[in-house]
Amino acid sequence: MPKITYVDSQGNSKTIEVENGLTVMEGAIQNDIPGIDADCGGSMACATCHVYVEEKWFNKLPKAEDAEIDMIDMAVEPKKNSRLSCQLIVSDELEGLKVTTPEKQS
Amino acid sequence: MIKTDVVIIGAGPVGLFAVHQLGIKGLKAVVVDNLDKVGGQCIELYPDKPIYDIPAVPECTGKDLTDKLLEQIKPFKTTFFLNERVEEVKEEGNNWIVKTNNNNQFNAPNILIAGGVGSFEPRKLTTKGAEKFENKSIFYSVKNKDDFKNKNISIFGGGDSALDWALELSKFSKITLVHRRNEFRGAPHTLNEIKKLEEQKKISIKTPCQLDKIEGEDKIKSISIKYEDGKIENITTDFILSFFGLVMKLGPIAEWGLNMDKKTISVNPKNFETNKKGIFAAGDICSYPGKLKLILSGFHEVALASVECFKRARPNEKYRFEFTTSSKTIQDRLGKK
Repeated sequence: MPKITYVDSQGNSKTIEVENGLTVMEGAIQNDIPGIDADCGGSMACATCHVYVEEKWFNKLPKAEDAEIDMIDMAVEPKKNSRLSCQLIVSDELEGLKVTTPEKQS
Repeated sequence: MIKTDVVIIGAGPVGLFAVHQLGIKGLKAVVVDNLDKVGGQCIELYPDKPIYDIPAVPECTGKDLTDKLLEQIKPFKTTFFLNERVEEVKEEGNNWIVKTNNNNQFNAPNILIAGGVGSFEPRKLTTKGAEKFENKSIFYSVKNKDDFKNKNISIFGGGDSALDWALELSKFSKITLVHRRNEFRGAPHTLNEIKKLEEQKKISIKTPCQLDKIEGEDKIKSISIKYEDGKIENITTDFILSFFGLVMKLGPIAEWGLNMDKKTISVNPKNFETNKKGIFAAGDICSYPGKLKLILSGFHEVALASVECFKRARPNEKYRFEFTTSSKTIQDRLGKK
């Protein structure tokens, strides 16, 4: 199972194994990783699973759809490397992915 | 004080179908919702997006689904209390007293919470000092246009609300529209209008940038915005209007003494009762082993909850399971001959 690293806004990091096919958001929720709320449950309707993706990974990920980009507009402090973790599907290619959660989700 | 059999909290699809399931059993319900219209997330978040997993409805939008449900529950002549939030729930004998923030009071043996993920509230700015200026210089909606006349207004956001208000208020105020990226998302007609006004120097557009600082004592005097490249610009501002969509807050529900699991309410999957007798939860807000946050699961949940509601509302009557296809009583209740 690919290892995903979640770093909080204070710099504390946790690395967990997430099953292929789950989203980076689900990996966090199922393993009680704080900093990801995911209020809408993954329907791209709330922007509370917002994460910053490490630069070198950002360009490797499949590009965000328009609907995701629109939703990121609503997130707290979006940056160039912002993504919604509910749209990042875990696969072997993501082994070692590192995401940082923002200080607040709403 | 309004007496009823069930107080339903939440007018989303699950709350609406609860009216039906209770109605065919002869129970009266009232529905309370914080939003100004029925439909919940279906209307607020995805009125035009298709839904493909409603049984026997291959495709419909959030709005279609809401309209159909309203049609289905029409025979029950239900009263909706919209723009109202339930603040307090108190036990009185076998019944519950429910109070709203609009001073309505209900007395009922049952409460059914179909509150989704809580009530919708505008997403607030998190910039330092933003809270202090709220409702004085910072607004998340426009209640009275006249308050925004002859002012310097900085509008934040890139969607329809931001664009529409930029257009409207530019008729009598100086507008700066700030967005984090260069593309705006709005109706083509609106985008064209905005472009025209920018050329006429009636609206000033700042992208890609975000709010950096708010300056002022009692009222805002100016703000600074930060561009992606780090450049800072100061803008004279009387009012900020911010349109970053809605967030969902559980609100007072968290304080009613119900067993919670994170932001959801734990229920018994047999009848969807919470740890309090006569308080039920269904739809996205409830949790039990294997719970799926699907509309169709919510429909099932209210069907089962309505049976227990019947037993509590009519303790002296025997509950009889009936089919709508064959029950004369149900057909009468539905106004069918």
